[in-house]
Amino acid sequence: MQITISHTTTYRFEQPVIFGLQQLRMTPLDDVGQTVKDWAIDITGGQHETGFLDHHRNQVQLMSLSRDVTEVTLTCRGTVETSNTNGVTGRHLGAAPLWLFAKQTDRTKAGPSVRRLARQVEGDTELDRMHNLMALVAEAVSYTPGKSQADWSAEDAVIEGHGVCQDHAHVFIACARDLGIPARYVSGYLMMDDRTDQEAMHAWAEAHIEGLGWVGFDVSNAMCPDERYVRVATGLDYSDAAPVIGTRIGGETESLAVQIQVAQQQ
Amino acid sequence: MTEKRIFDEMWGREEDLRAPYTLFKDWFDGEEPARLRAKQREAEELFRLTGITFNVYGRAEAEERLIPFDIIPRIISGPEWQRLSRGIEQRVRAINAFLYDIYHGQEIIKSGRLPARMIENNAAFLPQMIGVNPPGGVYTHIVGIDLVRTDDNQFYVLEDNARTPSGVSYMLENRETMLQMFPELFARNRVQRVETYPSDLRSSLSACAPEMAGSNPTVAVLTPGIYNSAYFEHAFLADQMGVELVEGHDLRVVDGRVAMRTTQGYKPIDVLYRRVDDDFLDPLNFNPDSALGVPGIMDVYRAGGITIANAPGTGIADDKAIYSYMPEIVEFYTGEKAILENVPTWRCSEPDALAYVLDNLEELVVKEVHGSGGYGMLIGPTATKKDIRDFRKKLEAKPANYIAQPTLALSTVPVFSNKGLSPRHVDLRPFVLVSPNKVNITPGGLTRVALKKGSLVVNSSQGGGTKDTWVLED
Repeated sequence: MQITISHTTTYRFEQPVIFGLQQLRMTPLDDVGQTVKDWAIDITGGQHETGFLDHHRNQVQLMSLSRDVTEVTLTCRGTVETSNTNGVTGRHLGAAPLWLFAKQTDRTKAGPSVRRLARQVEGDTELDRMHNLMALVAEAVSYTPGKSQADWSAEDAVIEGHGVCQDHAHVFIACARDLGIPARYVSGYLMMDDRTDQEAMHAWAEAHIEGLGWVGFDVSNAMCPDERYVRVATGLDYSDAAPVIGTRIGGETESLAVQIQVAQQQ
Repeated sequence: MTEKRIFDEMWGREEDLRAPYTLFKDWFDGEEPARLRAKQREAEELFRLTGITFNVYGRAEAEERLIPFDIIPRIISGPEWQRLSRGIEQRVRAINAFLYDIYHGQEIIKSGRLPARMIENNAAFLPQMIGVNPPGGVYTHIVGIDLVRTDDNQFYVLEDNARTPSGVSYMLENRETMLQMFPELFARNRVQRVETYPSDLRSSLSACAPEMAGSNPTVAVLTPGIYNSAYFEHAFLADQMGVELVEGHDLRVVDGRVAMRTTQGYKPIDVLYRRVDDDFLDPLNFNPDSALGVPGIMDVYRAGGITIANAPGTGIADDKAIYSYMPEIVEFYTGEKAILENVPTWRCSEPDALAYVLDNLEELVVKEVHGSGGYGMLIGPTATKKDIRDFRKKLEAKPANYIAQPTLALSTVPVFSNKGLSPRHVDLRPFVLVSPNKVNITPGGLTRVALKKGSLVVNSSQGGGTKDTWVLED
């Protein structure tokens, strides 16, 4: 499937920016099940500084905000060819050791609620257990946009009983790690069958299963990723894979507008 | 080791003058004690003035920060030093190979020689360093290995200090003071020079510059600022090297490089000798509350645009539980037996070791795995019953936080006291510079001396002083 993506983020500042940096993880790379045909990030109100491949093999770009700007726009545009691998992205690559993905992070620390959930997991094989976990998380944490906080931990989301895709991924990861299975966070795009315009990127989780390697689990849609999914960045949790991490002096009162279009190329 | 006399570096065990001290003793015997006492006072005043010329502290604070200096040099023979140097070089090369491996293939873990938990639970392990290739392959540009001696030919490594060894400014000041006070001593003894350390440091750092740097790389020293206890040293080293001393707010990312503000605009830095801890180095990538670092410096570093010395994440080698694996680490990466010995170490995370340690607390030294500076440790033989009881509880609560070692009979060296020469326990911190093709060890280093009679704690925070350390030419 050919998927075209356009993702525009506009920051508006009431006070001019004195100095600012943003670290972007917004570039999908060729991987199992996806080939990037073309991709570009345009920046207005700032400039590209440097770039590197991080320890999760994400393409990272550092950009600076121009002095005195009050509006900064990032536009990502491109086409990615995908195929359905039933969520399997395969063998672990790169220098990051697998044990790193079995260690809890602040966002995925297993508190009593996460552990209670993890204890309910059943199944004969690791793969079965992860499918069962996906269903259990969806049941325990209902998908409710607009009511959760962006800085919630997995434990917070289970206690509150609702969340968005980010929370679903965190809870899945926290439980998987609690069961001793390495897991990671994936940020990316999902082409939806019923509409083109979207308000946010998507997020799901991957678990590392003996014999298969990394396998994706999208709790929010109760399925393993197929050809409608484009992976952009992975990490131990959201803070490792976030599309934008920034620091700024000046530029008070920010407002943010995001426009995303994901469509199948006809 | 029981009941035998302590090894003294001047007198040995049996009051036989050891060869390196022969010429010194002749000189000392010909000196009036009153003149030496005056010299000792003069030396203290010199140190006080140097502290104040840096104009950071008021007089009172400068006195408080003054580390006592003793005028009797500690003397090591040329051949003794050669043996030590070989051991130090081997150890430092192994540490660099180890750090590279830990942040790449982790072969030592795959081989079963080091348990993965030693790294997994190591607070100094930085995932952001995984797969990063530091310019020139160097992780520990500056190392200050702590050594102790127990006999003629017996040295032990106490700590590796691969992260941020401090104290080199004392080594330099001690020598300068001795040269000023007692020029005649240096005319009689052929003492190897330490004065070239600042220029050696600058050329060693320059040799580690990233590829994009020109033939004359720009080096700078990054300090947390005047409130840091080692600010004096940061300012001193920058001044002696002839490079800029900068703070985080002087630096920013400009055109993909880390650049410092100058009167002619921003100038890119090739090599940053930083005395700011990892966690505070980059608020964008590490602790977001840090005002001491440079946002984005890790991005520039990972893109190959700057050398950070020492490399972030080197602290894993300073962990005392990792230390206990050093003999295996040296053998794994060099294919040779370790020339320098480790102090035998019980890892309290292991049940058998813990049981032994709990049974023998009165005789052991127990240290926190991540501790430094002589804090949070128990010295069994000098501890009170209550100290031991309290420590036992701590050990039982969190055994993995501790290691234990036998109490070593550290060698003594004479200090100048009212009664003439009196033996006091010492350690030695040689300073090692690592560049892609060279390991440079300054002959001598910093000798720390426990000024209290019988005390084994040499840390300046615990009442230790320093001495000039001589390595003779032959």
